[in-house]
Amino acid sequence: MTYTAASGLFAATWLLLLFPLVGAALLLLGGKALDRAGYQFATLMPIASFVLAVVLFFHLKSQPTSGRAVDDHLYSWIAVGGFHVSAGLLLDPLSMIFVLLITGVGSLIHIYSIGYMAHDPGRRRFFGYLNLFVAAMLLLVLADSYLGLYVGWEGVGLASYLLIAFWQYKPAAGTAAKKAFVMNRVGDVGLSLAIMLMFATLDKVDYAGVFGGVHHIGHADLTAIALLLLLGACGKSGQVPLQGWLPDAMEGPTPVSALIHAATMVTAGVYLIARSAPIFDLAPEARLVVTIVGAVTLLFGAAVGCAYDDIKKVLAYSTVSQIGYMFLAVGLGPAGYAIAIIHLVAHGFFKATMFLGAGSVMHAMDDQVDMRRFGGLRSVMPVTFATFLMGYLAIIGFPLWSGFWTKDKIIEASFDKGGTSGYILGICALLGAGVTAFYMTRLMILTFFGKRRWTEGVHPHESPVSMTAPMIVLAIGSAVGGFLLILNGGVQHWLTPVLGKSAEEGVHTVNGTVLTIITLLVVAGGMSGAYVAFGRPTVRIPWTPPQAGAVVTAARRNLYGDAFNEAVFMRPGQYLTRFLVFVDGRGVDGAVGGLAALVGGTSGRMRRAQNGFVRSYALSMSLGAVALVGALLLVRFG
Amino acid sequence: MNPANYLVLAAVIFTIGAVGVLVRRNAIVVFMCIELMLNAANLTLVTFSRLRGSLDGQVIAFFVMVVAAAEVVVGLAIIVTIFRTRRSASVDDANLLKY
Repeated sequence: MTYTAASGLFAATWLLLLFPLVGAALLLLGGKALDRAGYQFATLMPIASFVLAVVLFFHLKSQPTSGRAVDDHLYSWIAVGGFHVSAGLLLDPLSMIFVLLITGVGSLIHIYSIGYMAHDPGRRRFFGYLNLFVAAMLLLVLADSYLGLYVGWEGVGLASYLLIAFWQYKPAAGTAAKKAFVMNRVGDVGLSLAIMLMFATLDKVDYAGVFGGVHHIGHADLTAIALLLLLGACGKSGQVPLQGWLPDAMEGPTPVSALIHAATMVTAGVYLIARSAPIFDLAPEARLVVTIVGAVTLLFGAAVGCAYDDIKKVLAYSTVSQIGYMFLAVGLGPAGYAIAIIHLVAHGFFKATMFLGAGSVMHAMDDQVDMRRFGGLRSVMPVTFATFLMGYLAIIGFPLWSGFWTKDKIIEASFDKGGTSGYILGICALLGAGVTAFYMTRLMILTFFGKRRWTEGVHPHESPVSMTAPMIVLAIGSAVGGFLLILNGGVQHWLTPVLGKSAEEGVHTVNGTVLTIITLLVVAGGMSGAYVAFGRPTVRIPWTPPQAGAVVTAARRNLYGDAFNEAVFMRPGQYLTRFLVFVDGRGVDGAVGGLAALVGGTSGRMRRAQNGFVRSYALSMSLGAVALVGALLLVRFG
Repeated sequence: MNPANYLVLAAVIFTIGAVGVLVRRNAIVVFMCIELMLNAANLTLVTFSRLRGSLDGQVIAFFVMVVAAAEVVVGLAIIVTIFRTRRSASVDDANLLKY
């Protein structure tokens, strides 16, 4: 795998990073002087990056297929003996898609935040962190080595942590941020171990070197690298078993949930696996694990999403579930890489739409999130409703909306994997589609339809234009995006140089049309199930959730995921800490402090001998002299 | 005369001096007891010098006398100063320097 050196326009790739970085530095270091105007400047930064990204995209498109991987070498970063890492940016079809998604959605969400954060005293800090996130995320996708990716990886983790805890005065926000940080750390250890293993086996960590030497790595090492990369991806993308932090991360401001915890950062795991395609292609066992993780997660997220009443948490579990789809696809190998990326982009649009819609609803409802206190908002907030509807139709895979094109492809590809595992994965994906339709319909009905169950003193109103405009743009993207991406296999062809040819021409296990009809039937089943349970005029939705059976209770407690983590990791950890504190306090401090006390006490008693009476000194001297002489005599004559 | 008698006499004088230092409180008396001990030592030195037929011991006795004279000068000055400030020459009253 060779990369062309950057020249001409491509040498400006680093400017993509520079804009948001300058914005972040200025806003975070600038102080109160920028409180009034800083946010406008910060909003311009991702827009500038987006414009540049579009220019670069067309320039990249005009290159011949073989010249579409451009390496913009910046400077030599680490040079120790035979080990060289250069700081460089790799612009290729895969990173280009991500750059467009990040800067595009990022720009829209910056604009939305102008309205959403208008009255927040920490607005400057907020925009500074957002810019920092955009810069780190761009570094993550643009880096040309795993080490560079790791820097961006940690950077987005930091930005995510800071933004989840943005409202520090809320204890829940602080706890959620810590949880996100710690669980991400588990994944990051996996990623860093994978990088170390690459270094140990190949002496290289840059993409060109690693992918070029991938055939020289033993199979066991390669599988280990792939699984460790998967662990890293699971941590960042909220996949089972590291899914617990993502729903809690909704404590942050809603634009953050939309940008970081739905559209971009949490999909970094998918990017990591797609980017490491040459490694995973040679480790089929690891790929099978990826598909299993994806299938389990998509069902897990969908099941929990059915039970929550917090609108943002439902969307969060929906994100977990949708990323599960992407993992499933990306684990299918060349057949699924491109589909996963397409679903990722489509998901970026429709999930951002819905999160921004949820933010708009919360804005109108005095920051309430309990869907049991919404209802009938359709007529009060027509724009929010219409845009949310677009996102809704897209996620459930309603015909012609983007989910219809992208999710169906994933289901189809799962069946096409062949064998028993293909059937199991396919049925999981199919089932997930039905459950997705169920919980999303439930969310729509509870929020926008039915009777008004508002709390006293709430006067919902439509949000300002700065908030609705980005929602409309994203809604259009959700509606037509999937179709445009899939049109003529455009994105698949675009990605072929990076990810290899997708096996489009292969024989399908299940006929495509039949599968589409089955999927639509399952989706319709989910929708009607939700209507029967929540939408009929006779159904009353009480404010407090009614008693429920074991399954629903389990789902309400996120299938005991948090309880499991607490029992297996947190409590033993606390006991270990307590034990170590005890050992430190009693053992180590006891030995050190005891020794000091012993010396101190002894000298305290011994100094009493210094009583100031000169005759007693004389006596002791005499006795000493006698003892000395006695000893001498003893030695001489004894 | 048997030179050993001188040694016995020196031992007796030394013991008197040592016991005097230990039991007496008056600083002047303690001081004189110290002189007794020094002179007992001198007597021993001179006796051994005579026994061995060498002059070394007698020379050292002169040194001791010089040191004793210097010591008396400094010691008496200290005792007088203490007496002036404390109106007492008892060594047990000068016990401020302690733990």
